[in-house]
Amino acid sequence: MTGFYYALMVALALGAYFLVRGRAAALANGQTLHSRPSYHGLLAAAQVILPMILIHFAGSVLAARFVEHQALVAMDPALLTDELRRGAAFREIREFAIGRGAANATQALQAGAAMYAYLSALTNWAVLGLGLAVGIAMALFSLRSISGEFRARNRFEQVVRYLLMACATVAVITTIGIVFSVLFETFRFFQKVSPIDFLFGTHWSPQTAIRADQVGSSGSFGMVPLLVGTLLISTIAILVAGPIGLFAAIYMAEYASPKFRAWAKPILEILAGIPTVVLGFFAALTVAPLIREVGTSLGLSVASESALAAGLVMGIMIVPFVSSLSDDVITAVPQSLRDGSFGMGATRSETIKKVVLPAALPGIVSAFMLAISRAVGETMIVVMAAGLAANLSFNPLDAVTTFTVQIKTILVGDQEFDSAKTLAAFALGFVLFFFTLTLNVIALAIVRKYREQYD
Amino acid sequence: MSFASPMIQEPASVPEPAVAAKVAARNVNVHYAEKHALKDVSVDIPARAVTSFIGPSGCGKSTFLRCINRMNDTIPICRVTGEITIDGKDIYDSRLDVVLLRARVGMVFQKPNPFPKSIYENVAYGPRLHGMARNKTELDEIVVNSLKRASLFEEVKDRLQESGTGLSGGQQQRLCIARAIAVSPEVILMDEPCSALDPIATAKIEELIDELRSNFTIVIVTHSMQQAARVSQRTAFFHLGSLVEEGSTEQIFTNPKDKRTQDYITGRFG
Ligand SMILES: Nc1ncnc2c1ncn2[C@@H]1O[C@H](COP(=O)(O)OP(=O)(O)OP(=O)(O)O)[C@@H](O)[C@H]1O
Ligand SMILES: [Mg+2]
Repeated sequence: MTGFYYALMVALALGAYFLVRGRAAALANGQTLHSRPSYHGLLAAAQVILPMILIHFAGSVLAARFVEHQALVAMDPALLTDELRRGAAFREIREFAIGRGAANATQALQAGAAMYAYLSALTNWAVLGLGLAVGIAMALFSLRSISGEFRARNRFEQVVRYLLMACATVAVITTIGIVFSVLFETFRFFQKVSPIDFLFGTHWSPQTAIRADQVGSSGSFGMVPLLVGTLLISTIAILVAGPIGLFAAIYMAEYASPKFRAWAKPILEILAGIPTVVLGFFAALTVAPLIREVGTSLGLSVASESALAAGLVMGIMIVPFVSSLSDDVITAVPQSLRDGSFGMGATRSETIKKVVLPAALPGIVSAFMLAISRAVGETMIVVMAAGLAANLSFNPLDAVTTFTVQIKTILVGDQEFDSAKTLAAFALGFVLFFFTLTLNVIALAIVRKYREQYD
Repeated sequence: MSFASPMIQEPASVPEPAVAAKVAARNVNVHYAEKHALKDVSVDIPARAVTSFIGPSGCGKSTFLRCINRMNDTIPICRVTGEITIDGKDIYDSRLDVVLLRARVGMVFQKPNPFPKSIYENVAYGPRLHGMARNKTELDEIVVNSLKRASLFEEVKDRLQESGTGLSGGQQQRLCIARAIAVSPEVILMDEPCSALDPIATAKIEELIDELRSNFTIVIVTHSMQQAARVSQRTAFFHLGSLVEEGSTEQIFTNPKDKRTQDYITGRFG
């Protein structure tokens, strides 16, 4: 039905476009039009499409609620107030209505299903009819409003503007929605576990008893080991990626011949496209054993999964983020500044250090921040190379774990939705979100501070 | 640091030119890849005077100017042949340190290009690079003196720590001049230094050039006949990559020998 509706809509819009454009073009022979005929056509098409989409959305939502309500009433009015059985009952009705229900259906279920089928069809047709009627009306309206003075071009500009605004609004509202739902679940978590224990506790083991008579694990939710693990791995990663990425960028922007640059840059960017799971097994199967071997031969005790292995590979992963963006901002520094410096008798490296890099600093800082955010949010490599053990350790040779890994571990498998364990994932998510947000705010502040000075 | 010492260890074998010139060019040719941009240019530039280069757009004025401090070295496709000497020493000698050459031959560009640093740091840039100040007091002194000689000090003395890019265009250009003279160069090259400025700022810079003449050898490229006539003692006219005529400014503007020079200064082409 939906496909049919949209096919009709497209047909109608195309019809309106060509008809209106043709009419306007015909009119243009006799007089000068304010807007070119194609703008009349575009406006007509937009005037058909937008209301029809709106009707379909609003109509479908309203119809679904109405149908559900009526079907439940037909089955058993008592269901309406029974939150627990309501969902299951409606599912049964739907299954039965499409012919997959059990053969031994009760009288009541049959009645509900019949009502459901009948009303579904009815509302579908109603939406279709309404949409079609409005679409045709709008097309006719567009036809009538063609005239020399009609400012179709300006009107269409407005339509475009509102469309863009709608898209921006959707993005913003989604973000706000996600933040609030995470925040809400986090509050629920804090009703079970005290925020103090969560924020400052040094022991993380989220196993809770599922049944009351189960012994042992009562669960403890101190996030400090995860915070330390995350910081440890990200620090190692940025220590690897920062210098390599920045120096590679400086070489490519300032020293390399255009030929070298032309093939080296794309290759570096391919690195950013390697799936992290591939890098993960590279970390787990190659780097981690190597570190262990080297460590043992030096007489160090190295865990088979270590923060160092994960951090190193993650560092390699984020090199392109640092280098590619830094390269762009360094290249964007005006040549006149370099000339000025050379003209003063500065060498190339003096010029880079004293003029080019300071001028490019805001961009370089954002490149680093982006890279750090990527490192903090990265899960796969850590799971594979650093393990799951929530050790509170600053030693890069130990196995550690991070926020993202624990969120993933908690939510994989069967879960009871309102247990402290599951809710802990939201709390961790919120902390992570807060963490990256803070990073971004700091980055923005730095960028803004230096922008003022360096424009 | 003193620049009186020779830039190259051995004395060059170039004979002293007949005229006592600060900068002397002999048969200079410049190619940008295949393009022959400068053809057999020979000219003497006297010390402690202003020499202006005039000529229609694209005739090679900037190219020649950039030969004098070897800024063309930064353009990979650019090839320079011939000989340019400063105080009788060949500046294209392979033993010469081009970085030191550029400290002796300062440059001011067409568009003001202050570094994105404070006013103070802009002027201190060169002295710091070349280790010309032993301590902060000496550096302060160099900065203040340079700003004063560029007649900018009065306007900026209360905001030396503010960004140089926040100044007006004319102030920025004077800052660039201050930056150039802070390393006590012997020659200052200016490529259309006033083309981005309004008449008042231009007048200030011209006044400044006239004052600087007593201490520096100045070469200025300009598109304004009036400017050339006002500030320079000698004028060279370029056309299509060749030096057509060179002489005292008065002679060039009142009694040019070449027909092309006459046409250009009377505004018949260019
Ligand atoms: N970097 C370069 N690469 C290739 N060709 C160049 C380059 N710079 C200058 N040229 C060419 O050399 C010739 C002389 O240029 P130049 O910049 O010296 O002219 P100009 O006299 O300074 O002109 P204008 O008065 O417009 O500044 C021009 O034909 C120009 O196209
Ligand atoms: Mg020029």
